[in-house]
Amino acid sequence: MHQTIRVNDFAVKLANVNGTGSASANGLLMTAIFRMGIPVCGKNLFPSNIQGLPTWYEIRVSGDGYQARALDYDLMVAMNSQTYARDIKEVRAGGYVLYDSSWPLDKSLSRNDVTFLGAPLAQMCNDAFGNPRERILMKNIAYAGTLCALLSIDMAVVDALLLEKYGMKQAMVDSNRKALMLGYEYAKEHLPCPLPFRLATMDANSDKVLIDGNTATALGCLYAGATFAAWYPITPATSVMDAFTKFSAKYRKDKETGRSNVCILQAEDELAAIGMVIGASWAGARSFTSTAGPGISLMNELLGLAYYAEIPAVVIDVQRVGPSTGMPTRTQQGDVLECAYASHGDTKHILLFPSNPNECFHFAAKSFDLAEKFQTPVMMVSDLDIGMNDWVTPRLKWDDSYQPDRGPVVTKEDLEGMAKYFRYSPQDENNVPARSLPGVHPKGAFFTRGSGHNKLGVYTEIPDEYQEVVDRLLLKHKSAAKFVPEPVIERREGAKFGIVSIGGCDSAVREGLDRLADRGIAADYMRVRGFPFDEPVERFLLEHDFCFIIEQNRDAQFKALLTLETPVPKEKMVSLLFYGGFPLSAKNVVDGVVTHLEGSK
Amino acid sequence: MPSIVKPTAAHPSLVRNKLGLTIRDYEGSMSTLCAGCGHDSITAAIIRAFHESSTPPEMIAKMSGIGCSSKTPTYFVNGAHGFNSAHGRMPAIATGAIAANRSLTFIGVSGDGDSLSIGLGHLAHAIRRNPKMLYVIENNGVYGLTKGQFSASADIGSKPKKGDPNRMQPIDPMLLALTLGATFVARSFSGDKEQLVPILKAGLAHNGLAIVDVISPCVTFNDHEGSTKSYISSRKNITRVTEMDFVPPEQEIIAQISPQGKTAVTMHDGSVVYFTSLPEGYDPSNRLAAYSYLSEQQGKGEIPTGLFYVSTDQPELHELNATPDEALVNVPYSKLSPGAAALDKLMEGFR
Repeated sequence: MHQTIRVNDFAVKLANVNGTGSASANGLLMTAIFRMGIPVCGKNLFPSNIQGLPTWYEIRVSGDGYQARALDYDLMVAMNSQTYARDIKEVRAGGYVLYDSSWPLDKSLSRNDVTFLGAPLAQMCNDAFGNPRERILMKNIAYAGTLCALLSIDMAVVDALLLEKYGMKQAMVDSNRKALMLGYEYAKEHLPCPLPFRLATMDANSDKVLIDGNTATALGCLYAGATFAAWYPITPATSVMDAFTKFSAKYRKDKETGRSNVCILQAEDELAAIGMVIGASWAGARSFTSTAGPGISLMNELLGLAYYAEIPAVVIDVQRVGPSTGMPTRTQQGDVLECAYASHGDTKHILLFPSNPNECFHFAAKSFDLAEKFQTPVMMVSDLDIGMNDWVTPRLKWDDSYQPDRGPVVTKEDLEGMAKYFRYSPQDENNVPARSLPGVHPKGAFFTRGSGHNKLGVYTEIPDEYQEVVDRLLLKHKSAAKFVPEPVIERREGAKFGIVSIGGCDSAVREGLDRLADRGIAADYMRVRGFPFDEPVERFLLEHDFCFIIEQNRDAQFKALLTLETPVPKEKMVSLLFYGGFPLSAKNVVDGVVTHLEGSK
Repeated sequence: MPSIVKPTAAHPSLVRNKLGLTIRDYEGSMSTLCAGCGHDSITAAIIRAFHESSTPPEMIAKMSGIGCSSKTPTYFVNGAHGFNSAHGRMPAIATGAIAANRSLTFIGVSGDGDSLSIGLGHLAHAIRRNPKMLYVIENNGVYGLTKGQFSASADIGSKPKKGDPNRMQPIDPMLLALTLGATFVARSFSGDKEQLVPILKAGLAHNGLAIVDVISPCVTFNDHEGSTKSYISSRKNITRVTEMDFVPPEQEIIAQISPQGKTAVTMHDGSVVYFTSLPEGYDPSNRLAAYSYLSEQQGKGEIPTGLFYVSTDQPELHELNATPDEALVNVPYSKLSPGAAALDKLMEGFR
């Protein structure tokens, strides 16, 4: 059978048992490909479990730079006998399965259109290593070695990575090297190396880094000058605070005194986490919390307080699958409406939608400026796919000329010159009144309340006085439209319709647009990056006969928000919804668009 | 009565504190609570405690949740920042504010509903974190603003205006605080300023969370026999209260509690509350002894008052978190950003 050679364009899926150490082998492969200068994307499809359940890792190599999942797998690394049947089924016709031939493969699993490659990984590791735990761990490194041979991964790069990772621990370097070579040499001797799809060094990553969105988010908070953070552990947001804690220890600690210019508190629940953030912000510190949908549900109460009392608060929401506990380790965009209108009464919040770690970094930092500029909660709505997977993303860069935008705040000098200070009057051009911080000046003293108040901040139950304040809050929210990140709009010659998406849909939609163009279907694209929506969002929707609104939830929440918050007739918006919990693929987009277009002919 | 404005003139004979301020400088707006409410007595004691402590008004932060008690921060120290937040969440909000600006003097005012029901978890965890704050629980065993439901501190046998007596165990904030490791545990009575003011001053001075449970009778909704947190209204007043939304004028309850032995405080309506001051030889640094003593006295139907327990050697919030002496809000941004060069260097580790 003749097979054309494909270089830097294939997908590998690795099926493992979780808690056995496969993550480090998979990470090693991913990083090695990245170091070879080749665009690569890794997706960890893991269970909500510590040990023993099936887990998958997908590595997609794309010389063209596509970053979404590919659903056609050229090679299945089948290391979990529990899932052999379904894993083998997923390989594309003409593809390969690498399995552990220490045990015979059940003949009923065989497929004629797939090549099976056996390597006795467990047996080799049992022979080479004495410690039972080491045998299990090293089996993973052994299959990594096999893949190095099968896919032409540069062994010098892998060796350098092992040295960097284990450094001084010579024993670890030695055992990893040994396991790696077991797999590598077996493959070289017994398997058809390299496979028809393989790697070749490129130079596409010199200005790139391999980083997950949550780490980038934590850096954004660090660089924005956050001095207070409170949180409650929750998947998939935990790594935001883990990273922030780590960076704080590195960059905020005074080496002489051992004291840190930051306070990070693990709260008793999300109610307390947002409460602490609101308290710290009220006192004048840049503060944030990180959470996921269940946490946002609990935070609803106090988000309303911060909205009405006009207190800044930054909330990082890393979305997972709901409702209820849902699927904690799977991705979705199911918090859009909850975040937009969190809390009882008339409330609206500023939202930012990053689509990759680079945007996580910059949007996280921007969230603090917006929260203080508008004295209101700002939610950066990320998701598990962006937050927890490693992405090839432009190197994060900081501009040292940055100064925090604290928004209108009265200083001691301002207060001294004032006859009397009122918290909610007068206001600036964005309908934001000036805050006064505690401990600055007696004239700045102010009684903050979540109860009805008039424009002077005094308790009221008088209809006109109450309405005057909430009407201004609405104007203030509208003013923020000009300050949230503008939509990214890309036009194509001859486009007949538009495609609109948010956040983590981006990479699949971009690739989908190219595949549609291959079929002669041109579409304009808009990715919305902030709420409230500004005019360009409205204009894009209005100027097309219709737009597909692509999002990852069942109820078309983003489309609902566009319907509620723009004058665009909803007939002009066609939903394409994907909400099973795995990251979107271009195939989903293309199939969805084509099916709709054919159905409406 | 929020429109009523207090006169601001101060009599020249008024005592001036170290800052040259009179007690008038620590007053707030007119109370809108029921006349005779125990909470107003506590407010007066807080005013005195701040005045006598010579705390600059603008350096005071008044934190509260929701409820009758939580309204009271408007009634003291007008020159201080206040935050009347959300029901039960004050301990969390205050913790954040204390973390951000340790140079302020914090007082949290809460009630039994706020602290022992909806906010019990937050109180418990505030005790663990031990932020420097005077935490006053104005305890009347009843929900006033929603008109008379039992709170978690209602005693067994208490009767509501309608329905059956309470049969559930009360949550005692003092025993709770001792169990959870609180570093300052005290109780007083709203009518006993002579005891309350020194306790509040001690609480303000305490380097950690100072929990002060103040028994504070509700003149309007907790007027039944058998409750240790109220007094019986006169027959005439009972009729009025239950029949219509009218709050009868009551006298503020004033009681003097003798420094030794048991004191029976007779309320002006004739009900009796027993108080004991701590016996001689009592060691307020012994948590276990404090717990035993309180349990024993309360088992006899008495409500001991005084400073039960204090520990001065446990780390407070800032020490636990190794924050600097300088308030975090005052740290300039130049000390917070690691800078572009550091990021460039860090990025090499992500390659």
